[in-house]
Amino acid sequence: MADKSSSNAYWKANIRTIQLFLVIWFVCSFGFGILLRPMLAGIKVGGTDLGFWFAQQGSILVFLVLIFAYAWRMNKLDREHGVEE
Amino acid sequence: MDQFTLNLLVVGATFVLYIGIAIWARAGSTSEFYAAGRGVHPIVNGMATGADWMSAASFISMAGIIAFGGYDTSAYLMGWTGGYVLLAMLLAPYLRKFGKFTVPEFIGDRFYSQTARTVAVICLIIASITYVIGQMTGVGVAFSRFLEVSNTTGLFIGAAIVFMYAVLGGMKGITYTQVAQYVVLIIAYTIPAIFISLQLTGNPIPGLGLFSNDTSSGAPILSTLNDTVEALGFKSYTGQHDTTLNMFLFTMTLMIGTAGLPHVIVRFFTVPRVADARSSAGWALVFIALLYLTAPAVGAMARLNLVKTFYPNGVDQPAVEMTAIENDQNLAWVRNWAKTGLLTFDDKNADGRIEYSAGDSNELTVNRDIITLANPEIANLPGWVIALVAAGGLAAALSTAAGLLMAISSAVSHDLIKSQINPNISEKGELLAARISMAVAIAIATYLGLNPPGFAAQTVALAFGLAASSIFPALMMGIFSKKINNTGAVAGMLVGLVTTLVYIFLHKGWFFVASTASFSDSAPMILSIKSTSFGVIGAILNFITAFVVSNATKETPEDIQELVESIRVPKGAGAAVDH
Repeated sequence: MADKSSSNAYWKANIRTIQLFLVIWFVCSFGFGILLRPMLAGIKVGGTDLGFWFAQQGSILVFLVLIFAYAWRMNKLDREHGVEE
Repeated sequence: MDQFTLNLLVVGATFVLYIGIAIWARAGSTSEFYAAGRGVHPIVNGMATGADWMSAASFISMAGIIAFGGYDTSAYLMGWTGGYVLLAMLLAPYLRKFGKFTVPEFIGDRFYSQTARTVAVICLIIASITYVIGQMTGVGVAFSRFLEVSNTTGLFIGAAIVFMYAVLGGMKGITYTQVAQYVVLIIAYTIPAIFISLQLTGNPIPGLGLFSNDTSSGAPILSTLNDTVEALGFKSYTGQHDTTLNMFLFTMTLMIGTAGLPHVIVRFFTVPRVADARSSAGWALVFIALLYLTAPAVGAMARLNLVKTFYPNGVDQPAVEMTAIENDQNLAWVRNWAKTGLLTFDDKNADGRIEYSAGDSNELTVNRDIITLANPEIANLPGWVIALVAAGGLAAALSTAAGLLMAISSAVSHDLIKSQINPNISEKGELLAARISMAVAIAIATYLGLNPPGFAAQTVALAFGLAASSIFPALMMGIFSKKINNTGAVAGMLVGLVTTLVYIFLHKGWFFVASTASFSDSAPMILSIKSTSFGVIGAILNFITAFVVSNATKETPEDIQELVESIRVPKGAGAAVDH
C-alpha cells in the first residue's frame, strides 16, 4: 500500500468528489422530479412539464453521465496519488 | 400457424439456447460456482447485471403500474436506476478491493464477528425470498397466458422450470446465459414499443414518442391521455396525486435498496479490477436504461390503447358492444386474457356494452401485471411479436430468480454451513447444500406467490425496503466509518430489519397472510408512509443505532482499522482469496 499521507489525501479527494456528485444526483431526481416540480411547471415539454420529464427520463440520463464521470475522475485520482492497481 | 404454437416455438427456442449455454459453461469448482472465476469483462458483466437486475418487476409489471398510476409511479423509474449511482460511488469498488465472494463475508470480516455474519445472512435471505415471490407472480402471469392455463397452474409450471434452471449451473453458467437473456428481453421489450410508438405518433423511438403529438388528434400524446382518462373519471395521468412525502421516501427506499441487494452487489465481485467495478456499474445502467427510458412510453401508450379498445368511437360515445368482445377478431386478446382470470368483464347493467370507468358503472377489471404482455395484442401486432414478448418476460423473470437463488444458496452453504456449522464440509457437500437451499427457497416463494402481497413490482419493492434498511447501511458504514464496531453493526442491522419487517407485516399481514393486517396502504399507520416506502426510515434507524451503540462500546481494533484503510485504495487488489 502507498504511504499513509498519500492515501489520506486520496481518500479526502474521493470524498469531495462523492459529495459533489451526490448533490447533482439529488437535485436532478428528488429535486427536479419531485420537490421542485411545482416551480418548473411553467416550462412545458411535449404536453406536460419539465418536472414530469425529469421524473420519467431526465434523471436516468443524468445518472448515466454521473457514473461514467465518476469512473473517469477516479481513474485520474488513482494515478495522481499512485494508488492504481 | 396459431398463436399458441407460435408461443411454444419461440419460448422453446430461447429455452434451448439458455440451457445449452448453462451446460456448456457448467460450473466445476466452488469458486466458479459463486463468482465466475473473476474473468468477466465490464461490458459483458454490465449486460449480465442488466439481465439479473431487470426482473419480472421491470419487464412484466412496471409498465402496467405506470400505465395506471401515471406520474405518481415515477418512483419506480428513478429509484431502480438512481441506486446504481450509489453503488458505483459508495460500495462496488471497495467491495471488489476487499476480494471475497459474498456480502455476509464482508460484513463478518469488517465487523469481526460471526454474529454479524449470521445476521447479514438472515437479512439477505428475507430480502431475497420476498424478491423471489414477486418473480413467481410474474412467471405465473406469463406462463398462464402463453400456455393458456389458469394463473395457479402457470405458477407451478414456472416454479418447476426455475428450479431446474437454477440448479443446473452456478454463476458462470448464469453469467453467459444472462447475456443471452438480456438480448432476448431487450429485443422483446423494444420491438412492440417501436411498433406502437409508430402507430400513435409516427416517431420510431418510444422514449421520444412519449413527448410527441398523437397523429390522429394532432395534440401531444400526454395531454390526449389526460383528457381521455379524466373524461372517464380517472385521475389525470401527469398530475401528482400521491403525497410528496411518500413519493420522496419511496424513491429513496428503492434507490438505497438497489445498492443493498446482494445479488446485484455480488456482480461487482466478478470483475478483474477495482476500476472495472466502477465502470461496470455504468455499463449495467446503460443496458438497464435502454428498457427504463422505453417503459414510461409503453405505459402511457398502453393506457391510451386500452381506453380506445373499450371506446372505439371516442370516450364521449357508447362503450364497446358485448357481441364485439365475444366475436371480433381484433378483440381476441380480451377473450384470451379472460381465460387466465387476470382480466374480467361483466355486463352488470345488461345494456349489451362493457364500460370502463372510475365510477360504480365500471364493468372491467384488468390486472396491472398483464399490460406489458397484452400490449402487442391490444395494438394488433403480428403473432411473432406476441410470442417474443412472452419469451422476453420469461427471460427477465428466470434470470433474476436464478441470480437471487444463487445469492440465497451461497449465503446458506458458504456463510452459514461452511464457516460456522461444519468447516470441514467437502466441496461436493457444499454444492449439495447450496442446491438444497435453492429448492427450499423456491418452495417457500411459490407457496407465498399463490397469494402475493401485491402486483409483481410492488412485492419486489418490499424486498428493496428490507435490503435498504438492513444491508445497505451496514456496508456503507463498514467502508466509510472506522468507528462502527461489531456490537454497533449487529444492533443497527437488527433494528433496521425488524422495524421495516414489522411495518410491512402490519400493512400486508403477518408473513403476507392478508387477513392478519392491521393497516392498509391506502390508510397507513404513520402519516402517508406506505409499507413500500418505509425502508429508508428503517435505514436511518439502523445508522443511528449503530452510531450510538458503537460510541458506548469498545473501540474497533487496530487491525480492522487497517483493513478499512486498505479497502479504500485500489492498489494491491489481487484475485479473490479462496478458503
